[in-house]
Amino acid sequence: MKKLMIGLAALTMAAGLGVARAEDQKLTVAVSIPAADHGWTGGVVYHAMRAAKLLEAAHPGLKIIVKTSADGASQASALEDLTTQGINALVVLPHNSDELTGPIKKVKSKGVFITVVDRALSDPKINDLYVAGNNPELGRVAGQYMKEKLGKADIVVIRGLPIVIDEERQKGFDEAIKGSDIKVLDKQFGNWSRDDAFKIMQDYLTKFPKIDAVWCQDDDMAVGVLEAIKQAKRTDVKLVIGGAGMKDMIKKVADGDAMMPVNVLYPPAMVASALEMTVSGLYDKVPVRGKYILDATLVTKENAKEFYFPDSPF
Amino acid sequence: MTSPVSSRISFDLKTAAPFVALVVLIALGAFVHPKFLTFDNLVQNVATRTSFIAIIAIGATFVMTAGGLDLSVGSIAAFVAGVMLIYLKSGGADAGVGMIALAMGLAILVGALCGLANGLITTLGKIEPFIVTLGTMVILRSLFTYLANGGSISISPDLKDIYAPVYSGTLAGIPIPVLAVLLVAIVAAFLLYRTVFGRHVIAVGSNEEVARYSGISVNRVKLWTYVIQGVCVGIAITLYVPRLGSANSATGLFWELQAITAVVIGGTLLKGGTGRIAGTVAGAFLLEIIGNILTLSNVNVYLIGAVQGTIIIIAMLVQRSLMRKS
Repeated sequence: MKKLMIGLAALTMAAGLGVARAEDQKLTVAVSIPAADHGWTGGVVYHAMRAAKLLEAAHPGLKIIVKTSADGASQASALEDLTTQGINALVVLPHNSDELTGPIKKVKSKGVFITVVDRALSDPKINDLYVAGNNPELGRVAGQYMKEKLGKADIVVIRGLPIVIDEERQKGFDEAIKGSDIKVLDKQFGNWSRDDAFKIMQDYLTKFPKIDAVWCQDDDMAVGVLEAIKQAKRTDVKLVIGGAGMKDMIKKVADGDAMMPVNVLYPPAMVASALEMTVSGLYDKVPVRGKYILDATLVTKENAKEFYFPDSPF
Repeated sequence: MTSPVSSRISFDLKTAAPFVALVVLIALGAFVHPKFLTFDNLVQNVATRTSFIAIIAIGATFVMTAGGLDLSVGSIAAFVAGVMLIYLKSGGADAGVGMIALAMGLAILVGALCGLANGLITTLGKIEPFIVTLGTMVILRSLFTYLANGGSISISPDLKDIYAPVYSGTLAGIPIPVLAVLLVAIVAAFLLYRTVFGRHVIAVGSNEEVARYSGISVNRVKLWTYVIQGVCVGIAITLYVPRLGSANSATGLFWELQAITAVVIGGTLLKGGTGRIAGTVAGAFLLEIIGNILTLSNVNVYLIGAVQGTIIIIAMLVQRSLMRKS
């Protein structure tokens, strides 16, 4: 009892000495994300900066350093530099799992709270908090919709890059259409680029006399796909499904576009969710350790308004 | 000792080499898919989308003939597209044909200024063009990202529809971008083969010291090749923007590699001294056709890169063996 009293007294004193309000506690959080190399990562950078500003305003003692890196190797060096500056928590969206698992583990060994976003590490024990979209679900929701909407159809697929995210999406899609009358004519990599997707779609339209639908798993590529169809003046394509929730595409859905009636969410704003949770874990001591997986929500004409951010660059 | 007749034939063979490779590839394409040899595929689709790289590569032919190198063309392209789109957006709902014409002029001007910067730093600063243009490549890419706020810049669908025919429209049945490539190639060939400036470019690339002692202002010649390169990038962008009405961080990515590859396939030597404009255009077309054939064929999607690389190397072997025979 006596010990407890002393402990309490010490706490009160400590509180009186400077950490009077939890908000004033001096803490530093680093955010390490890929540079804006395509539309989606552009959205990540935008939402990270936006959330950082709001959180710093809410917590006067908080300092958030947002650092972008062009590739995996420079992100690894950036992590070392950030750790040297002395940080309490790290929110990281790694370029790739293989290259960065080691460097992030090293940061963790300095007692830093680790939040991993979007791309899981090779060793899941390293992260205290994991925030991600649901890649297999993004593919499954798109496939499910296509199956229900079209029943029997010949479709083409434009994939992203040969990495885990793309594989998971593709697997989810394949499982959803398994055993149905949806026939995949061809799959090619469009590198998540509008220009590459435009070329591939042009060639698909040459290669196949009849295409009922296109699944291109990312809205940037959908821009190129739609333009190729328009220029070829082909009327057989009834449905194009993208993904991620780019503002131009969400607007199309909201306006009731005939060729693009739905979208599947994979919001870059997930980095903001991760940052908010990390900071509230640090300051308010609310429990945040664990996994937080966002839904791959199907955006339709009815709910599109909820997901439309006209100011975002993505 | 060669007779005049054989030397003329050898010259023809050298110039024809990339075209022979092109013909072989087209024959292969015809074999792969029945629709390959249609006007819609080869001209309306493939030749049209080759236009950006072809025009940029024509500019690169000047730079490389003079013994220089420009790695920044992809970033210049993105930056020019960014400036152009922001200017077009500033017009709001009133923007129309007049504004588009001004924007096209602006694109060429900004491209020329970027080229001028490359040329001035290279010649006045006496720095290797590899380093200079690597620097401007990073700088301009970053400036574009800043302009785009990390995302993409797009014009309104209405304005895009007015501008779109510059990419998708035709004149006498031929797509406008294809005509633009022909026009640029003719002007470039005249400049390189029929003017004093052109002879100076070749002289500087062959032997800089000799050119200097012959009274050629080497720096001025080099400077102009970079400006020509910039102008070509500007022209390419006036054709690129109307296609999607937008630019993002993937715009112009790796265009420098494609342009340099097209120039080399076309028969221009990396060390300078010879420039082949028609060969460059054939080289650009060849690269795009390889991609087209691969999508039309049923090659395993994971192996496309390997097949692409193999075809490029084989095409080069065919071309070089033809050149050696002559």
